[in-house]
Amino acid sequence: MSFLDVLYFIVPSAIFYAAPLIFVAIGGVFSERSGVINIGLEGLMVMGAFIGILFNLMFVDTFGAMTPWFAIIAAMVVSGLFSVMHAVASISFRADQTISGVAINMLGVAIALFSVKLIYGKGQTDYIQERFIRFDIPLLSDIPVIGPMFFKDVYGTSILAIGVAVMAWFVIYKTPFGLRLRAVGEHPMAADTMGVNVTKMRYIAVILSGALAGIGGAVYSQSISGEFSHTTINGQGFMALAAMIFGKWHPLGALGAALFFGFAQALSIIGGEIPYVKEVPTYFLHILPYALTILAVAGFIGKAHAPKASGIPYIKGKR
Amino acid sequence: MSNRLVNILVPVISVILGLLVGAIVMLVSGYDPVAGYAALWNGIFGDAYAIGETIRQITPYLLAGLSVAFAFRTGLFNIGVEGQLLVGWFAASYVGIAFDLPMYIHLPFAIIAAALAGAAWGFIPGLLKAKLQVHEVIVTIMMNYIALHTTNALIKVVSDGGDNTGTINASASLKSAFFESITDYSRLHYGIFIALAMVLLMWFILEKTTTGYELKAVGFNKHASEYAGMNVNKNIILSMVISGAFAGLAGAMEALGTFQYANVKGGFTGIGFDGIAVALLGANSPLGVIFGAVLFGSLKYGALNMPNEAGIPVEIVSIVIAIIIFFVACGYVIRYFLEKANKKKEAK
Repeated sequence: MSFLDVLYFIVPSAIFYAAPLIFVAIGGVFSERSGVINIGLEGLMVMGAFIGILFNLMFVDTFGAMTPWFAIIAAMVVSGLFSVMHAVASISFRADQTISGVAINMLGVAIALFSVKLIYGKGQTDYIQERFIRFDIPLLSDIPVIGPMFFKDVYGTSILAIGVAVMAWFVIYKTPFGLRLRAVGEHPMAADTMGVNVTKMRYIAVILSGALAGIGGAVYSQSISGEFSHTTINGQGFMALAAMIFGKWHPLGALGAALFFGFAQALSIIGGEIPYVKEVPTYFLHILPYALTILAVAGFIGKAHAPKASGIPYIKGKR
Repeated sequence: MSNRLVNILVPVISVILGLLVGAIVMLVSGYDPVAGYAALWNGIFGDAYAIGETIRQITPYLLAGLSVAFAFRTGLFNIGVEGQLLVGWFAASYVGIAFDLPMYIHLPFAIIAAALAGAAWGFIPGLLKAKLQVHEVIVTIMMNYIALHTTNALIKVVSDGGDNTGTINASASLKSAFFESITDYSRLHYGIFIALAMVLLMWFILEKTTTGYELKAVGFNKHASEYAGMNVNKNIILSMVISGAFAGLAGAMEALGTFQYANVKGGFTGIGFDGIAVALLGANSPLGVIFGAVLFGSLKYGALNMPNEAGIPVEIVSIVIAIIIFFVACGYVIRYFLEKANKKKEAK
């Protein structure tokens, strides 16, 4: 295999594995930027993956090839609603946000598996018939070198993921809403004094993160696993959390980190077919995202600062 | 209403609410909640075997709960119990198979190896927190996954590419012929005594030693402790190391007692995350941890009987546990309503 062939092989699969991570990581950016830690991303993603498969299996006859797209909308809505629980606990009820997140993670897995057994009478669902399909982007895929790398055999969901990341950057940094969001996460009291509704902003942010985590889960289950069982989402949500931190709480940083983690995942799965890479034990590729994240938060790779008020419930009138 | 009473009422109310939600979920899903909880009860207390297995399940829960609770007392959230447990599990199994020693050396050696492995895994987040102010939650989550992949890789190395280390030597085993005979051959092992001894140890460290006083002081107020001349950094690291050692011991219980081997895992055991529930319910006190571990260990094991006897998926108990954590975490609201109810009473 020539170097270029390797790139044609690895780049599309890296983007393929990164797409779900991008959605979830961007969701995390919204929540944490508003000052609410959301380690419940994993549970929200599990819920999205489950709903995606469930919807797909139930409505495949009605919507045909478009089913996966409708399924991600369903997953988005359900996970968005599910995240309200985290929002209520951590914003209104002043619960410890990490603990509430742990509860969300447990609950997501438990509800999904309980429902699978209730509906299908066994531990996993059937395989879906309609998955996301790849297509070539006309004209762009004919460009030499770049064409086969980025525009051939692409998934619509990958394009959407990158689009969402860019949109999130625009929303957070270029709109009044984004300014308020960041203000609420850095100094809620100052924001409150200026008339920003802290509670409302945080609710919106957490629900957005739930919705995006739901999309990520549904994309994962409908493009990578094809069914839902207890191993479908196994740390993907935490990896997205890692991507968000490695990306320094910035949407484009999170996008880059998610792409890189997707690359590491792709290498660990298909690396056996690539010369040189197959000499590297997959173990190192497995731990790479996590080890890098520790190095990143420790400040070895640039300085990363969490939003100042993250993790602290805002209580009006308290200094 | 006294503060103490409220502190006890919050977890009790949370447990009741959790079970209530579980009943509603069963009802909505078309199951019979009474039959469900009866099956759960029988799963816990049904016969000698069930009781033995329930206590067996409680053993690692005690240690995982202690681990989370201990770190909490110093103001640290150790969400990395899963990872520390896995490295402890592997370390104990490795010592168990690799050496051939008399029992009075081998068994303590294997147990200490597990504690040290867990402690080392806790040391890293502790060090990063103390020296670089890195949030321990992030580091411990990442350390969990590194532990999962590392132990899986090591088990492959030890077993020449297999996915099981093989059974440990009898001289490192916690197996108990006596417990087997009275509990109808359940896997109940002597580890329960180690776990209870650790509860006592935690109480002793926290309440009777200067170190414990310092650890708690740092948990209450870092700056005041520093001003009083305590070494905050040292205490943070120490707390994580001790917490990790407890978690490593929980792994030793699985390695030397329940399973007698270590195997490649696709995901976490869940004991570490349930340990958070245990500590939370027990208000991070040693005595509270016993109650929490007994409750959650029993629920977890008893649930296995629910599919057979009542046809209800075991996950219902995970739902209940998650709901309980959720309500305990939202203690503020329960407290608020308790106070309100109390005020009304006083007004009358």
